[in-house]
Amino acid sequence: MAVVFQKTKGLTDKETHYCPGCTHGIIHRLVAEVLEELDVLGETIGVAPVGCSVLAYDYFNCDMHEASHGRAPAVATGIKRVLPDKVVFSYQGDGDLASIGTAEIVHVAHRGEKITTIFVNNAIYGMTGGQMAPTTLIGQRATTAPLGRTVEHSGMPLRVSEMLATIDGAAFVERVSVDTPANIRKAKKAIKEAFQCQIDRKGFSIVEVLSTCPTNWGMTPIDSIKWLQDNLIPYYPLGNLRRPEGVK
Amino acid sequence: MAKVLMKGNEAIGAAAIKAGCKYFFGYPITPQNELPEYMSREMPKVGGVFLQAESEVAAINMVYGASGAGARVMTSSSSPGIALKQEGITYIAGAELPCVIVNIVRGGPGLGGIQPAQSDYNQVTRGGGNGDYKLLVYAPANLQEMVDLMQEAFDAADFYRNPVMMVGDGMIGQMMEPIEFKDSVSRFELPEKDWATTGTKGQRKPNIINSLALDPAELEKHNIKLQKKYDAMKANEVRYETYNMENAEVVIVAYGTTSRIVRNAINDLKEQNINVGLIRPITLWPFPEKAFDEVPAACKSLLSVEMSMGQMVDDIKIASNGRWPVSFYGRAGGMIPTPEAVMEKVKELIGGAK
Amino acid sequence: MAKGKVTFNEDICKGCALCTTVCPVNIVTMDTSKINIKGFHPAAVVEMDKCIGCANCATICPDYVITVERF
Repeated sequence: MAVVFQKTKGLTDKETHYCPGCTHGIIHRLVAEVLEELDVLGETIGVAPVGCSVLAYDYFNCDMHEASHGRAPAVATGIKRVLPDKVVFSYQGDGDLASIGTAEIVHVAHRGEKITTIFVNNAIYGMTGGQMAPTTLIGQRATTAPLGRTVEHSGMPLRVSEMLATIDGAAFVERVSVDTPANIRKAKKAIKEAFQCQIDRKGFSIVEVLSTCPTNWGMTPIDSIKWLQDNLIPYYPLGNLRRPEGVK
Repeated sequence: MAKVLMKGNEAIGAAAIKAGCKYFFGYPITPQNELPEYMSREMPKVGGVFLQAESEVAAINMVYGASGAGARVMTSSSSPGIALKQEGITYIAGAELPCVIVNIVRGGPGLGGIQPAQSDYNQVTRGGGNGDYKLLVYAPANLQEMVDLMQEAFDAADFYRNPVMMVGDGMIGQMMEPIEFKDSVSRFELPEKDWATTGTKGQRKPNIINSLALDPAELEKHNIKLQKKYDAMKANEVRYETYNMENAEVVIVAYGTTSRIVRNAINDLKEQNINVGLIRPITLWPFPEKAFDEVPAACKSLLSVEMSMGQMVDDIKIASNGRWPVSFYGRAGGMIPTPEAVMEKVKELIGGAK
Repeated sequence: MAKGKVTFNEDICKGCALCTTVCPVNIVTMDTSKINIKGFHPAAVVEMDKCIGCANCATICPDYVITVERF
């Protein structure tokens, strides 16, 4: 009888506050498992800004900073410049990274800052109760787009990974999803590769993870997975957009 | 130690490095540009890091990160740039992190101008960010004092685990004066930064740098803890200087370079046997309230002289507690008050020349 | 003979039921006969002998409720 799956030491014992079926929990697990498997938990400092994952400092079993909305990449830069040999990551939502924090994420990529960003894209502002985000799809309803987002009013949803992949300092850019066990395993592989890219000092690494928000999408967790597959994945195609040269 | 002729902005950089600051995150803005430029040259030489951020907002958040990782770290900017940093500053205060912030003040409001001013007094003493927090604020009047205070600033920041602000005005930043970099022994007992996020190495529970407390009871407890810190600053960190106070008929309150102009006016008035004293706050916060106990009986009124529209008047009224009338003379927008104009105002207050 | 075994830390479960959608042998269900400490119906497996220990259920669980063993 061998245990093949158990809770990773990369997570604390604290139960998360996330809504039932919110896939933040899966993404936390993947990051924590990767840090444990790379044996860098004791060398890692994470940064979680305002958003649903602002309480991540209670969940990741490593040193953590809580950061102001949108500024985690700058905070992470400050940490990494002081501790260049440590592993530093930021864990951010789309309301944070793709809206108020756009300058910060563009510039850590532009500087090739040797940090890793886990970018959770659920196409909505979760913590504040379902407002439209830059990643909200056309026609998708939100509390600040009650009749559904229109191009006319607020433009097309922002594809962050494609944008960042044009920046040379972004050594590793991949978009993944956590909607099926198979995709979850692929997501973990990408997250591991992203952290390895940092450890190998190749430059900035980011993994965009499509994620659900049952509460603010107004669906059951199972329907949310289905909605993600039918709507988010087509607009935000999965796959690697950039990888350091020579690494296949 | 030999004296060296240096420009204010560069002297700040040299003093910070001497005080053990190894990390500088900044952004271009006149009139403090020579400081980041100096740091970009000198930090690499001492194994430190200079980084120009994408904005002042990013810069102060880099300071937050670096400080949380246990470093002696600083940033600098000028008025509008300092306005951009306010959220970061209150986060740093809330998370109890040490850092030094230099503000070379310029004329406002809005984009304003680039000439010297003291029109950030309210922002730096009342706190420009949200919540009950305070900054320890130094306002040097010359480059030697500024250089000496930089060492104090970093030590006090570490001791109180709080941001400390060094306020200069365009003149302090731009003028050159002979300076001596003295070796000074810290008057603070500075403990290890065991709270810093340097990686648990599997040997301790995670350290968390945070200013969030959703539970109001917790947040109130935190506020009470911070208030004790500010009370300790009030008790121990007030600094001021007085000049020519004996039987002064008028006492002028002025800080920074303005106080030097006032000193000239006082000396000239003395020759016309008009006796005027000076109270020069060196810490803007905590404001030197006890200095007003030294105001002589002969004094008929207090005069605030500032390069602003009178932002320090309220503090003077509070400190003097109605014992004397308080009036104001100042220039704004980058205009500099002249000794003659100050003398005119004094004569006006005491009802014409003797 | 079962190839695997799953145990549910019932009181942590938030009743989201994602695990019930990925079991290749369809043995993961929501136990509507009881409510856990949080007031949710916890996930459960009745026909444990059919479990193949693939860990799909644990993989998609957002709350680390499930531990999987394999013989």
